[in-house]
Amino acid sequence: MITTESVLEAIRRHGTDAYPEEGCGFLLGTVTDDGENRVTALHQAANRRAENRERRYELTADDYRAADAAAQEQGLDVVGVYHSHPDHPARPSETDLDEATFPGFSYVIVSVRDGTPDALTAWSLAPDRSEFQREDISPRASEVT
Amino acid sequence: MPTTKTTVTVRIPTPLRSATDGQSTVEVEADTVGDALRALTDQYPDLADNLYNEDDELRQFVNIYVGDDDIRFGDGVDTALDTGDEVSIVPSIAGG
Repeated sequence: MITTESVLEAIRRHGTDAYPEEGCGFLLGTVTDDGENRVTALHQAANRRAENRERRYELTADDYRAADAAAQEQGLDVVGVYHSHPDHPARPSETDLDEATFPGFSYVIVSVRDGTPDALTAWSLAPDRSEFQREDISPRASEVT
Repeated sequence: MPTTKTTVTVRIPTPLRSATDGQSTVEVEADTVGDALRALTDQYPDLADNLYNEDDELRQFVNIYVGDDDIRFGDGVDTALDTGDEVSIVPSIAGG
């Protein structure tokens, strides 16, 4: 996944704001010729879970359609999702794997410990849906200092 | 009397476009949503595993809209289509 520090910072901020609940939203961007997701914007969303939002998150089909419409307006596509793990590591849980959607989406997870953002990682579902595989996060060259 | 074929457009979510030669929309001829999805997966077989589970039912997170209407609140995969309808494959997302 290719992105900018400002996108990563906005994900951390949302995770912090949502703490102790999970915060979530969509990654907007483009797909490179190599099939890599380039994330240039976020579409923040509400955690639609009715209960246990400290440990679960949900984005509805209507949320996806709203994010898709926002992406289209910017000439972008929905290329993934992000969510926070309050006081848990930044790696996919069993629930994340059980409920995963399409291979090809980037899944970003930010750990938030005691209200402070910690590790941030990116993953994609294996084509056979058996596991999440770690994705490198590359800052855009222009932002590398 | 020749029968008039119903042509509809299916919108493909970004991560599935690797299975549709990069196309974001695909035109198919079908009279119902179920037939449209079968026509789509006949044309692009790699889509099938992403849309259907082992029991050949739409995966739980796969939602299908005709225009702005979720087919779950209509006739499901038997929802009838008219020429020009737009069928969208829309994921809902959840996790822990």
